[in-house]
Amino acid sequence: MAVVVKPQIHPLDKYLRTERLPTIYCPGCGIGIALGAFMRAIDRRVNEGTLDLNKVIWVTGIGCTARSVFYPWVDGAHVLHGRAIAFAMGAVLANPELLAIVVGGDGDIAGIGGNHLIHAARRNADMIVVMITNFVYAMTGGQVAPTTPIGVRTTTTPHGNPEYPMNAVKLVASLNANYVARASVTTPHYIEQYFYKALGMRGFRFIEVVSTCPEIYGRHIGLRDPLEMFLELKKRVKYKPRPSIEEAEIDWEKGIVIGEFIERNNPSLLDILFKGVSK
Amino acid sequence: MKKVFASGNMAVAEGAITAGLKFYAGYPITPSSEIFEYLAEKLSKLGGIVIQMEDEIASINAIIGASWAGVKAMTATSGPGFSLMAEGIGLAVITEAPIVVVNVMRAGPSTGVPTKTSQSDVLQARWLSHGDYIVPCYAPWNVQEAYDLTIKAFNTAELVRNPVVVLTDQVIAHMWESLTIYEPGEVEIINRKLPPPGPTAYPYKPDDDLVPPMPIFGRGHKVIVESLIHDERGFYAPRTEDYRELVKRLTLKVLRRLDYIYEQETKFCEDAEVLLVSYGSTARTVNVIAKELRKKGIKAGFLRLKTLWPLDENKIRRSSKAKKVIVVENNLGKIYMDMDRIFKDREVYSAPVLSLELPTPQEVMEAVEVWL
Repeated sequence: MAVVVKPQIHPLDKYLRTERLPTIYCPGCGIGIALGAFMRAIDRRVNEGTLDLNKVIWVTGIGCTARSVFYPWVDGAHVLHGRAIAFAMGAVLANPELLAIVVGGDGDIAGIGGNHLIHAARRNADMIVVMITNFVYAMTGGQVAPTTPIGVRTTTTPHGNPEYPMNAVKLVASLNANYVARASVTTPHYIEQYFYKALGMRGFRFIEVVSTCPEIYGRHIGLRDPLEMFLELKKRVKYKPRPSIEEAEIDWEKGIVIGEFIERNNPSLLDILFKGVSK
Repeated sequence: MKKVFASGNMAVAEGAITAGLKFYAGYPITPSSEIFEYLAEKLSKLGGIVIQMEDEIASINAIIGASWAGVKAMTATSGPGFSLMAEGIGLAVITEAPIVVVNVMRAGPSTGVPTKTSQSDVLQARWLSHGDYIVPCYAPWNVQEAYDLTIKAFNTAELVRNPVVVLTDQVIAHMWESLTIYEPGEVEIINRKLPPPGPTAYPYKPDDDLVPPMPIFGRGHKVIVESLIHDERGFYAPRTEDYRELVKRLTLKVLRRLDYIYEQETKFCEDAEVLLVSYGSTARTVNVIAKELRKKGIKAGFLRLKTLWPLDENKIRRSSKAKKVIVVENNLGKIYMDMDRIFKDREVYSAPVLSLELPTPQEVMEAVEVWL
């Protein structure tokens, strides 16, 4: 058996496959900010003794965000486009001790994987689903996403997107999820806080992280400069302490509301399946 | 060991339980649903999980997840659902996840005739997903064999860490016959190899049999289940050498076990001048016709394929010296293409009987007689 030696420079390196760093992400991409926030939340949980990293599975589909599976030093699965939630559900049902963290982009989770998102939330299935929204299909070069605002020119909507975007927070909140929150890469402390909270809950936990993609989306909307795009997003993000679900706006013109929209402790799918005797 | 009266679908479910099934995810579809319903009733009581997913895509992905969580997992479906599972089969191949997929064939294309039989999916079962790979496929011809070959499918899946297909059809599924069910210890059960505990630096490094031990989620192995072409560490490796190495190994590890995987049955082959080749439900009628022809003085032999893929070509070639080979199947002639290749020095004819019912002796006789 080969011995695994990992160089450690940063305090969070112990949670990373440092041999795979640097990440694949473009300069100005928000995914790294989100990953950093997740790792800090994990660090807090591990230090408190409320998280066993051996039981964590990091499950992703396909896309820029999905490649985040390359980095955390936990069991991981880089599966099919849109199917991470279904894969995670099978793993958790087969071994209820596992804590599934599904991380994906808006195309992966809300586009091709939308049906699984709906039904996992309806079941209050035991998993955390993080959707990092960059409003575009970035890995494939800038095609329209279900979250792209109307009118935006993309490579597949060169005359302007004729469709209305999806508000995934409102969608998931309409179902049985135990936790629904939205943060932004411009507010990493909230990403950390929400993720930390989600790690301690049961049932379906959904966190949307609004992100910056200057390389692809920025090109489409004239914000090619990473800092400029970050600052433009920051201007639009409005934190609300206890927002109602009606307030869950995500609109480049009217603003992007972040906060915790749903927080409840309903019995999860595992609780019901095992009649409260699981774990 | 106990004897019961059961349908083919029940036999598949019982075979899966005997093999050690612990997780079933499915979506209702005729004529396979009884497998799901039977397991929902029985497997849950045995400590397993049975869940109805939102579609067949979710079902196959869930069983791959369950397989990586360390349990034996299965799904069952029919044509349209099987088509939806195409991408998932490829995921199970490249991540080397042992799973069993049952396809109870019905008439197609598309929605076809949900309640009637067919053997049209025999090549679909072989090449459902994109890419290069081998997915073993078993085709039982009666209720007992539906049970036995389901156990064998699980054993094969665990042995070579690969998806395996059990291909039945509406006739086998809904036919009732006596069935012998084994108790634990009465039948060979194979379980996947596991790595030693602790982080596994090279989770895709194979042993001598080309099969790597399978790191299971939740045991500290820190494995990455990777759908991209990967090296032995599980890291993305878009290089020709790594691609070749992985894809060749995925194929060779199955072929090396051909002796174990491939099964066939022969009857009256010693002096046969005409060899009738068939499989699955249609073979039931062809068996009768072989006997009929013998009564008429025609030296007919009977070769029944129990494994439809991969084929042991030498074994097939050696099964008979007959100069004439007639392939009877309930489709437009699919396994015929293999037989035409394998028996390339003989006269090989396709005798398709395209029927929504079990082909009758008269229909098979008419189809065969054309070539006698």
